[in-house]
Amino acid sequence: MNLVDKQLVKNKMGMRLIRNKLIKQLFLMATLFAIIILGTLLYRIFTQGIGYLDWEFFLSFASRFPEEAGIKAAIIGSLWLMAITAPISLILGVGTAIFLEEYASKNKWTRFIQMNISNLAGVPSIVFGLLGLTVFVRLLEMGRSIIAGGLTMSLLILPIIVVASQEAIRSVPNDQYEASFAMGATKWQTIRRVVLPAAIPGILTGGILALSRAIGETAPLLMIGALTFIAYLPENIWSGFTVMPIQIFNWTSRPQEEFHYVAAAGIIVLLVMLLIMNSIAVFIRNKFSKRY
Amino acid sequence: MSKSVSEIIKEKKRRKFLPGYLEKAAPIIFGICAVISVFTTVGIIFTLVIETITFFNRVSIIEFITSTDWYPFTEKAPSYGILSLVSGTLLITFIAMLVAIPVGLSTAIYLSEYASERARRIIKPILEVLAGVPTIVYGFFALTFVTPLLKGIIPGLPIFNALSPGIVVGIMIIPMIASLSEDAMSSVPSSMREGALAMGATKLEVALKIVLPAALSGIIASFVLGISRAIGETMIVAVAAGSTPKFTLDVTESIQTMTAYIVQVSLGDASYGSTIYYSIYAVGMSLFVFTLLMNLLAQYISRRFREEY
Repeated sequence: MNLVDKQLVKNKMGMRLIRNKLIKQLFLMATLFAIIILGTLLYRIFTQGIGYLDWEFFLSFASRFPEEAGIKAAIIGSLWLMAITAPISLILGVGTAIFLEEYASKNKWTRFIQMNISNLAGVPSIVFGLLGLTVFVRLLEMGRSIIAGGLTMSLLILPIIVVASQEAIRSVPNDQYEASFAMGATKWQTIRRVVLPAAIPGILTGGILALSRAIGETAPLLMIGALTFIAYLPENIWSGFTVMPIQIFNWTSRPQEEFHYVAAAGIIVLLVMLLIMNSIAVFIRNKFSKRY
Repeated sequence: MSKSVSEIIKEKKRRKFLPGYLEKAAPIIFGICAVISVFTTVGIIFTLVIETITFFNRVSIIEFITSTDWYPFTEKAPSYGILSLVSGTLLITFIAMLVAIPVGLSTAIYLSEYASERARRIIKPILEVLAGVPTIVYGFFALTFVTPLLKGIIPGLPIFNALSPGIVVGIMIIPMIASLSEDAMSSVPSSMREGALAMGATKLEVALKIVLPAALSGIIASFVLGISRAIGETMIVAVAAGSTPKFTLDVTESIQTMTAYIVQVSLGDASYGSTIYYSIYAVGMSLFVFTLLMNLLAQYISRRFREEY
C-alpha cells in the first residue's frame, strides 16, 4: 500500500521550491536594505560635510555665519563630559557587578536589584534628563554645569556597564576561584588579583561601548540645559558647556541650508570619534580576551 | 630556622591589619554601588510624581487625560490635553513598526536560517554599526534626505511631517528587532530543523512553520521592546516631525510627540515654577508609564510563553 501519493508530491514540489527561492531573495533584500540605508547615510553625510571640514572648523567657536562656525567648544565639552562620566560610571558599574556576582546571596533583594537594572536600561534617555534637571541642577544646586551633565550621563549608562561587567565576571571559570581559595587567599584577594584581571578586557569593552553611547546622546543634556551657542571653553566642572550632538542639533534645526552642511561636518567628526572608540573596544576584545 | 609555616602566616597577618578591614569593607562598598541603581529608579519616580502632582494642582487631571487640545503656549487660556501628544507619539510608533517589523524579522530569518557563516560574520557587525549611530544623526538624515525624497513621491508634503521621522525611527529599530529575534531563533535546537528537513520540508517551510512558532515568544518580545524604543525616541522626532500637536491620523501633517514637546520646552525659556515647566514632568510621567508597561510586557511575554526544549 502506498501511503504517499507520489504524483501529488511531485506536482507540489516545484511550486514549493520556487517559493522557497523567491522568499529567500525577499529576506536577503530586507537584509540588504539596512546595509544600503547605512551606506546612503554615510555617503550623504560625507559628501555634504567634507567641504566644511578643515582646520578652521576644529579651531573655531560657534558662529552666526556658516563659513566661520566651528566645533571647538563642542569637542572640548564632550571630552570634559567623558572625563567625568567614565570614572564615575565605571566605578559604580563594576562595583555593582562585583556585588551582584560575588557577594549578594540569591535572595529576593538581589533579584529586585537585578530587575531594577534591566528596567532602568529601558527608560527613555529624556526621562533621565528630567531626573538630572530636578536632582542635580535644582536640588543639589549644581546649575547647568558639566558636573550635572556628567552625573546624569553616568546614571544613564550605568545599566549597560553593570550588565557587561556581570557577563565578564561570570565568564571567569570556577577553577580559578577554587585554585585561589585553595592557596589560602581571602575573598577580596581573590576578586582583586584573580577575578578582576581576568574580567578586565570584557569590562573595558563594555565600558567603551557604553561611553560611545553617552557621547552620542543629546536629549538628556538638552534637559540639563547644555548651551547651544557658546563661545568659550569650559574652565572647570562648574562651567556651562555644549557637546557635539547638541551643536549638531542646533545646526540641523536652523533654516539656512548652509548650516546643514556644517551639521554634516560635525556629524563626520562625531562618527570618526565613535569609530575610534569602537575600534579600541574591538581591539581590546580580540587582543586580551582569554579563552579558558 | 625555627618558625613553622603557620607561624609565618600568623605573623604576616598581624603585620597587615589593613586587608582585614578591606575584607569586611568590600561587600559594604560594593553594596552601596548596587543600591545607587535602586536610588536612580526611586529618584526618577519620586521626581516625576512630585512635579506631576504640582502640575495637577494647577491643571485638572480630567482635562489632561481626556482633552485633545494641547496649547500650553497661549497666554490667555492655555489648555493641556495630552491626547494630541499621545496620538502623535503613537502615529510615529505605528509607522516605525510598519518599517521595522517586516524588515527586522526578515533580516533575522535570513541570518538565522539561510545565511552562511561568512555572510553572518559580515552582516552582523554592520547591523551593530547601524545600532550605534547616534539618534541625532538619524534626525539629520530624516530632515535632509528622507523628507526631500518623500516630497518627490508625495507632492505638497510639508517639511515637517510624521511620515519621514516615522520611517527613520523604524530604520533605527531594525537592528534591535533583527538581533533579538535572531537570538530567539538561534536558540531553537537544530534537531527540530533537521527533523523537518528530513521529512522533506523546504528551508522556507522549516523557517515559517517550525522555527518561527518555536521562537515566537522571543520575537514578540523584541517587537514590544521596539515599540518601547520608538515611544521614547526623542531627537529624530524633535528634528523632523515639527512642533504642532495635533490629534490626527494623517501622516503627511506636522505633529508633535511627547518627547519632542519636552525638548521644545527645555529649549525655550519656560521659567522655573511656571505651569509649562511642570507640564514637562506630567508628559515625562506619561512617557515613563508607557515605556515601563511595554518593557514589563516584553519581560512577561518572554518568560510566560517561552518554549523549553
